[in-house]
Amino acid sequence: MIALPALVLLPATGGLAAWLSDRGPEARHRPWWVAITTIVLQTLLLLSVTCAADWGHGPWLAHFSAPWIPALGIAARMDMDGLSLVLLWLTTILSFPCVILSARDVGERPGLFHLLLLATIAGIDGVFLATDLFLFFFFWELMLVPMYVLILQWGHEDRRRAAIKFFLFTQGSGLLMLVAILGLVILHQHATGIVTFDYFALADTPLMPTAAMVLMLGFFAAFAVKLPVVPLHVWLPDTHTQAPTAGSVLLAGILLKTGGYGLIRFVVLLFPDAASRFTPVALALGAAGILYGAWLSLAQDDIKRLIAYSSVSHLGFVLLGVFSGSPMGMRGAVVQMVAHGLSTGALFIIAGSLQDRLHTRDMRRMGGLWQALPHLSSVGLFFAIASLGLPGMGNFVGEFLVLLATWRISPPIAALGAAGLVLSAVYSLTMVGRAFFGPPHAGQGTDHAPPADFGARHMTVLGLTMALLLVLGTYPQPVLNLSLPATPLAMPEMEAPQP
Amino acid sequence: MSAASPTHALLLATLLFAVGMLGVLARRNLLLMLMSIEIMLNAAALAFIAAGARWHAAQGQVMFLMILSLAAAEAAVGLAIILRLHSAGRPTLDADTGNRLKG
Amino acid sequence: MNALLLPLIVACPLLAAGVLFLSAGRMPPLPSCVIGAGSVGLSALMAAVLAIGFLRTPPPTGALHATLWSWMQVEGFSARIAFMLDPLSLVMMLIVTGVGFLILLYACGYMHDDPDIARFFGCMTLFVAAMLVLVFSSDLLSLYIGWEGVGICSYLLISFWHADTANVTAARKAFIVTRIGDAAMLCGLLLLATRAGTLDVASVLQTVTARPADLQAAIAAFLLLGGAVAKSAQVPLQTWLPDAMAGPTPVSALIHAATMVTAGVYLIARLHPLFASLPVAMTAVALIGLITLLLAAGSALVQTDIKRILAYSTMSQIGYMFLALGTGAWQAAIFHLVTHAFFKALLFMAAGAIILRVHHRQDIYQMGGLAHAMPGVFAAFLAGSAALAGLPLLTAGFYSKEMILQGAWHADPMLWAGALLGAFATAIYIFRCVFIVFFGPRHTEPHGRTGATMAIPLVCLAVLALTGGWMGMPDAIAPVHLLSHLLSPLFGASMPEGPHWLLWAGSLVPLAGIGVAWMLWQPRTRTRTPPENALARVARAGWDFDTLYDVLIVRPFTTLGQLNQSDICDRLSDATAATARAGGRMLGRMQSGQVRRYAGWIAAGTVVALCLGVRP
Repeated sequence: MIALPALVLLPATGGLAAWLSDRGPEARHRPWWVAITTIVLQTLLLLSVTCAADWGHGPWLAHFSAPWIPALGIAARMDMDGLSLVLLWLTTILSFPCVILSARDVGERPGLFHLLLLATIAGIDGVFLATDLFLFFFFWELMLVPMYVLILQWGHEDRRRAAIKFFLFTQGSGLLMLVAILGLVILHQHATGIVTFDYFALADTPLMPTAAMVLMLGFFAAFAVKLPVVPLHVWLPDTHTQAPTAGSVLLAGILLKTGGYGLIRFVVLLFPDAASRFTPVALALGAAGILYGAWLSLAQDDIKRLIAYSSVSHLGFVLLGVFSGSPMGMRGAVVQMVAHGLSTGALFIIAGSLQDRLHTRDMRRMGGLWQALPHLSSVGLFFAIASLGLPGMGNFVGEFLVLLATWRISPPIAALGAAGLVLSAVYSLTMVGRAFFGPPHAGQGTDHAPPADFGARHMTVLGLTMALLLVLGTYPQPVLNLSLPATPLAMPEMEAPQP
Repeated sequence: MSAASPTHALLLATLLFAVGMLGVLARRNLLLMLMSIEIMLNAAALAFIAAGARWHAAQGQVMFLMILSLAAAEAAVGLAIILRLHSAGRPTLDADTGNRLKG
Repeated sequence: MNALLLPLIVACPLLAAGVLFLSAGRMPPLPSCVIGAGSVGLSALMAAVLAIGFLRTPPPTGALHATLWSWMQVEGFSARIAFMLDPLSLVMMLIVTGVGFLILLYACGYMHDDPDIARFFGCMTLFVAAMLVLVFSSDLLSLYIGWEGVGICSYLLISFWHADTANVTAARKAFIVTRIGDAAMLCGLLLLATRAGTLDVASVLQTVTARPADLQAAIAAFLLLGGAVAKSAQVPLQTWLPDAMAGPTPVSALIHAATMVTAGVYLIARLHPLFASLPVAMTAVALIGLITLLLAAGSALVQTDIKRILAYSTMSQIGYMFLALGTGAWQAAIFHLVTHAFFKALLFMAAGAIILRVHHRQDIYQMGGLAHAMPGVFAAFLAGSAALAGLPLLTAGFYSKEMILQGAWHADPMLWAGALLGAFATAIYIFRCVFIVFFGPRHTEPHGRTGATMAIPLVCLAVLALTGGWMGMPDAIAPVHLLSHLLSPLFGASMPEGPHWLLWAGSLVPLAGIGVAWMLWQPRTRTRTPPENALARVARAGWDFDTLYDVLIVRPFTTLGQLNQSDICDRLSDATAATARAGGRMLGRMQSGQVRRYAGWIAAGTVVALCLGVRP
């Protein structure tokens, strides 16, 4: 199916078009319109891919393969299963708030900004689709570099440090993954005599337990940094805090999910035995992430840092679910990723809007915003409540399934995870209490006009996000059905079936 | 007269090399450092000659001629740099101030 | 047809909440009231129709079922959004919609001048919907939706006047303390789900009771008990309830008296086979109930804030319900839940009417002599107080409390003695409040009148508080057992009654309590200020549980968090970066630009290389 590479190429092309359109004096919003057109087209394309998918013939839904560097066994191979489809939809849906709400008002060089934004999205789409390890690594790096430039160029006061930290952590761990990929390829060559980077071929490689463990750890390092797993999370608060709003939304909403996706597809499914031996460590790390992230989130004064640490806490559940070793946990982890993408993405939009209006992220200088900004505050309250895992919203479904799957293998870890839910209530409500409730802060609104509340554009987009979260929370079955990843052993046919 | 044994020649070469190296390391005058480098080159050349005499091979003398020309070229370039520095208004030949060169 | 009404009863207030929230505060007061109270009224009407239908022709299986949709279906677990109407949820449904409607009607008058009235009714109707989900759910996980839903509504309503930091803090505390219980309950649910593969109440109970009680069942019971204890404000997670009085008074009446706080009682009653099979869990429930009822009654004796008196009284009365549950007197617990909903909602609303007319003062020592100024409210408050104290024959509280005392007597006379002591204290503290507020010299001049929307609910509930107990009388007075009969398919036959002197003791103790209250606080002899001594201070602060938790848990946690605000892991990574930078600077120093040093390095390097090369 040719549509799969189109999913990657379309945002990239749209980005280039946005860049080129940024010429001439009155081109102020032209790149923005181009970007919007691109993501609308992307949505239509994804819709057609979804409809044209090969339902009912095994877990893999669509395929694409073309030779790239035959001498090294590298092909441009993409396959889509339900997990990819869910995450592609998440990416597409979240690109709307990114572009519509926060990218419009970028001041300088909007063309370049939109190019980088769309290039990152293209890279992410590629990561969710690639089944050739070389191609996967290519996309992995592709989504990293534009994001780095985005932070470096449009970030806030301490952006250089944050950008370099982000780059070093992700790049360094990416190199470990590259080594692991090469190691796997070489071992496969030793065993079979064929050089290939094909995911399905490599999944069959016979491996010594030690070799499998070492290679798995190489992959794990890359994804653990991205997810992030405590104690490798330290790049995340700085990066989220300093990134421009659209960057934060993209980072928290989707980029982190590539870590979860990678853990599922390239750690647990590629090295099942090593992963199951690694389970106790992973579970402990997951529980530690949940509690440590929540605890630090509670101590923050910077609202963006608070949300960033809450991400660490929420994604600890993903780690638990992925390594729980049962389909239930895997499905729960995927639902959690989707719900976290929606709720935390929205929270970052709100935090970004607050910064635009108040010129501070410090909650000590906020308070009583409800009087001045009732719409913004009520939306913030909603997403804070979603983020604390209220049943009926998406986050609860994910957390519950993950905890249930974890309880089967280790009740104490699951109990610790449940304790994390108490802490999530503490930090969410602390944020609400400090920013939106209480008496108005003395310094607000005295020197200039009161800040403008959310308009129709924001309320529509965020309202749709709320509706999605509620639907995910009350009727998650479609996502649950899709979200079980296809195993590499269910080898897809090479020929794309003609519809 | 008895030919000097290769051992003696090598000893002399080592001595010369040590003297030259000491000169490079210890002297701060660029001119004298150049001269010390010449001594080291000549020490190496002497070793080649001795080796050539020991094995009755022509390559030793070939290498000597090669070193001779190299030394000439090196002296020319080195002296030219020193003169250029001097003409650029640099009053000293102290090598340790070389790291303060600009532009 | 009937099963169809179940989701409709929930949908009505839910829809109203949606409309009110979507109006984004632009809805004027009158439509807000009409939508808010009207939707719950409609629900109450449907509930009444449903109840009549249910009672006239009981369904053959004893319950109506309405499965709405499958919520989650994965390998090894499935959950549905499913409703069920059995006698227990029938009783709860009538309380929630009926009392809820009266309170919302009252709120129309009480909140009339508030600019945020649309938000208020939005939260209230959402609460009613969540509470109905809680009582209707036949699946413990969909029950958990309602369980947490009422919690978040309680948060939103306590912090309703959010410009005041104290209200926000109180709301947060209420949510977090109950959330601790909720997390325990979630663990219990996880355990049960792991065991049964589903959380459908019937299947879970079947799975658990199929085998003799084991350790796992006990752990599950205790974890669920944790949830119930937190929600119902029992020791040791009771500290949030007095603070929750920061919310508007209708909220206190609806959420923190009549409905939400009794959810714990409902949960245990719903899962009674699980608890009944575990004697140790039953003992724990009974002891928690007894301790709470005594401690809370002791605190209520010395409070000066009228709403806090009622809050501690609520804790104490729910303690009675827990005591009844722990002694296996399930019908008695539900009976008391019903009568308590009547008289406590009445007391709160009467207190609200007083507060509104004395310039929002809540200190009883600043009131005094209000009996003449507001005779109607006085009558209502007196009716509620009499029912709370359990004045014999006349009031609803007497009958339900009597049933609990009987149950306690059968389980253990010591429990009975403790409960009787509690009843004595109850009569003292509530009539202390009555005497101080309504008799003696006036300290604050009341203004205005209590409007019709507030008066009508007061009258209705006053009637119910007096007559509502007649549906279950001891045999010695009249053999009427309507409620017990209704509930017996679920809980089995009620217990035989004890000797007659128990009834006499239960009747005389409240009267003695009133006498003691009159002696201590009659207008002529009482002082202007409450007595001050160490015991009174500790009791007034709720036995200092707050301080204890603050010192033991909250403060270490936040202090350590503040210390680690900049994240020790981050500091470690910074340290790595600093090491790299220092190393780089050190190596950079070798690039000094001094020819002679380079030559030296070259020489040294050559020597080392030669040595290494020559050595073998």
